[in-house]
Amino acid sequence: MNTFQIKEAPTVYDVAIVGSGAGGGMAAYQLTKAGAKVVLLEAGGYFDPADPKYITQLKWPYESPRRGAGTTRPFGDFDAAWGGWDIEGEPYTAAKGTEFFWFRSRMLGGRTNHWGRISLRFGPDDFKRRSLTGVGEDWPISYEDISPYYDAVDKLVGIFGSKEGIRNEPDGFFLPPPKPRLHELMLKKAATSIGIPVIPSRLSILTKPINKDRGQCFYCAQCGRACQAYADFSSSSVLCIPAMKTGNLSLINHAMVREVLTDPNTGLATGVSYVDTISMQEKTVRAKTVMLAASTCETARLLLNSKSSRFPNGLANSSGVIGKYLNDSTGASRSAFIPALMDRKRYNEDGVGGMHVFTPWWLDNKKLDFPRGYHIEYGGGMGMPGYGFGGGIENLNGRIPGRNGQKKAAGGYGAGLKDDYRRFYGAYIGMAGRGEPVPLESNYCEIDPNNVDKYGIPTLRFNYKWSDYEVKQAKHMQDTFEEIIHALGGIALGSKPGPESNHGYGLEAPGKIIHEVGTVRMGNDPKTSALNKYQQAHDVKNLFVVDAAAFPSQGDKNVTWTILASSWRTSEYLFDQVKKKNL
Amino acid sequence: MKRRDTLKAISLAGFGLAVEPVEAAVPAPPEKKPVIPGGRQPFEAERDAKLKAEKFFTPHELQTVTVLCDIIIPADERSGSASQAGVPAFIEFMMKDQPRNQTPMRGGIRWLDNKCVAMFGKPFVQCTKAQQIQIVDKIAYPEQASKDMTQGVSFFSMMRNFTAAGFFTSQIGIKDLGYVGNTPNDWQGVPDDVLKQYGLSY
Repeated sequence: MNTFQIKEAPTVYDVAIVGSGAGGGMAAYQLTKAGAKVVLLEAGGYFDPADPKYITQLKWPYESPRRGAGTTRPFGDFDAAWGGWDIEGEPYTAAKGTEFFWFRSRMLGGRTNHWGRISLRFGPDDFKRRSLTGVGEDWPISYEDISPYYDAVDKLVGIFGSKEGIRNEPDGFFLPPPKPRLHELMLKKAATSIGIPVIPSRLSILTKPINKDRGQCFYCAQCGRACQAYADFSSSSVLCIPAMKTGNLSLINHAMVREVLTDPNTGLATGVSYVDTISMQEKTVRAKTVMLAASTCETARLLLNSKSSRFPNGLANSSGVIGKYLNDSTGASRSAFIPALMDRKRYNEDGVGGMHVFTPWWLDNKKLDFPRGYHIEYGGGMGMPGYGFGGGIENLNGRIPGRNGQKKAAGGYGAGLKDDYRRFYGAYIGMAGRGEPVPLESNYCEIDPNNVDKYGIPTLRFNYKWSDYEVKQAKHMQDTFEEIIHALGGIALGSKPGPESNHGYGLEAPGKIIHEVGTVRMGNDPKTSALNKYQQAHDVKNLFVVDAAAFPSQGDKNVTWTILASSWRTSEYLFDQVKKKNL
Repeated sequence: MKRRDTLKAISLAGFGLAVEPVEAAVPAPPEKKPVIPGGRQPFEAERDAKLKAEKFFTPHELQTVTVLCDIIIPADERSGSASQAGVPAFIEFMMKDQPRNQTPMRGGIRWLDNKCVAMFGKPFVQCTKAQQIQIVDKIAYPEQASKDMTQGVSFFSMMRNFTAAGFFTSQIGIKDLGYVGNTPNDWQGVPDDVLKQYGLSY
């Protein structure tokens, strides 16, 4: 067998979509529903949350020999997402003195199999940060341009939340939110008392049924394991599988796309070439339009690797902007012990997967020493024990009076220690800030001149450093966390992260929050952007990007809802352009 | 603990093995391939099978681990002991699954035996129960331990953390803890009596 003989399929599809996550899934869904013949290429395997072959939901920790530890999956044995920050045979590097951690999920649905279902709309201000603050970039569209698509996503995919009327946290079409858990009620009371708002979360989980294909949440708190009832949003269950049912979608799994092919005469995209990762054969598919949704960094890599004499800097890159302005959310966290929650009455407190309440950004950056905001996510409760349960009790149990009211020596063993674990269960809380960074040209990914992956595809080299803006924001997070813990009557665990800790004040490394955007940004000026306001390449009119690579910035919001809305908007635009015979 | 009892505990742990996946959701394929349990990727299933076939602890080490984890979490009126909950088998697996644990664990056992030989003329498992508790008391309380015991403190803290994780993620431990979730439910909020207890309301 000659693996270098390229197999070319005779079909010419209307659209080839690369990547089956939120962006690719939504485009596949919209385009196939509208009658287009679509081929969807996914680098990883097939996945259906309802197929017992893949189900981890409702399994017990003792069904894993490592009790769910994160040895082969960074978020533990039961997490739905395959892949992680390190994938064998798919390396990446970082330039000296910089770093970036690149999380990839090689499977149908991509990273929608990992996320916390936090589904926040960007607000009006999030689209014009440069105008408002002098740093960063404005989007070429406004909230008004995208809000009809947010509305449509709310209704199609389903989201719970509450109408709050906060100007930069726009309300949507919400299903009823679950009532707060005990620690969440306490957090709300404490935070509100010091002027920090706490409102119901906005998660794409069905607290009421919305159609006959998907079930209702049954409150197992395990959205991260993928829902066999399809009661939460995953691109596989909600978009890709329904798209396949139209008969218009050809899904090709194990297709690692190598480059976008172009016609040397017209400069238009003609399809993509890919490696079949099972047979290792080189293959191509032809299509009238190509849409990239391979994830922020993978889409940039693909374009930079699609070089030809006509496009020597990579495809759609006459601006030279591709790879630049890479930016991930900031993250910092702190946990605490709440003595008032010791010796709790037991009941099923699982709830939905993730927090029932959160804190949206509540301050005015004009009065602060950093230009962007953050939101706070809360954890805690009587959850299912997992690997690491009870860890570090020797740092805590010496500070807590025993049942007889006396303090005892920290650490220990025996019946008294065993009782401590019971008494402390459900009395821990955690909080994590997720903030908006300022996108910088100096934070970028590029093709590594020296390395390839196991398919022979040149890999990425990252150049990323947090700026003072993000470090100061993390400091503010840490101060806020301590204020909330104090108001709660809690004991903050560990020492307060100071300027020297991690990247400053416990700031996580770039890439650790897995919200990266910006590498193929849209804009009105083809000299400083790669895509127009419909996420269509300035240089190649039948090439679109429908993942978060297109976003000039990311708000203090998680970006999935905006990926879904903008992919829908771009799909509609594409259809309209085809109807008008512009494509 | 008598040697006979220790061995009994070990074999119990072996059979107690609350660590085997109970569901093998994939029907047996026609050719003789290893069964991939539901929710596992093939490479993970192969890796797990390989690790389970390997042995890390010597019989002496496993015995030491068993005695230690039952000192840390003994049986009481509410539930069984760590070894009855399969904790030694879990610790054995974690040594192979995350090899960075191996040196601190193996070396820690060796440290303990050396101290015991110096103090009592016998390795830890051969000491009397009273002698075992005497040395454990020197390493179980980080804030009170003397300077020549700090390595032992680190080892015992590691043992304590592994034991707690293993015990409270077992069937016995989950029941002991009173966790009643991981089952379809209809969340209607915190029960009224609990709200009242904390002076809260919706």
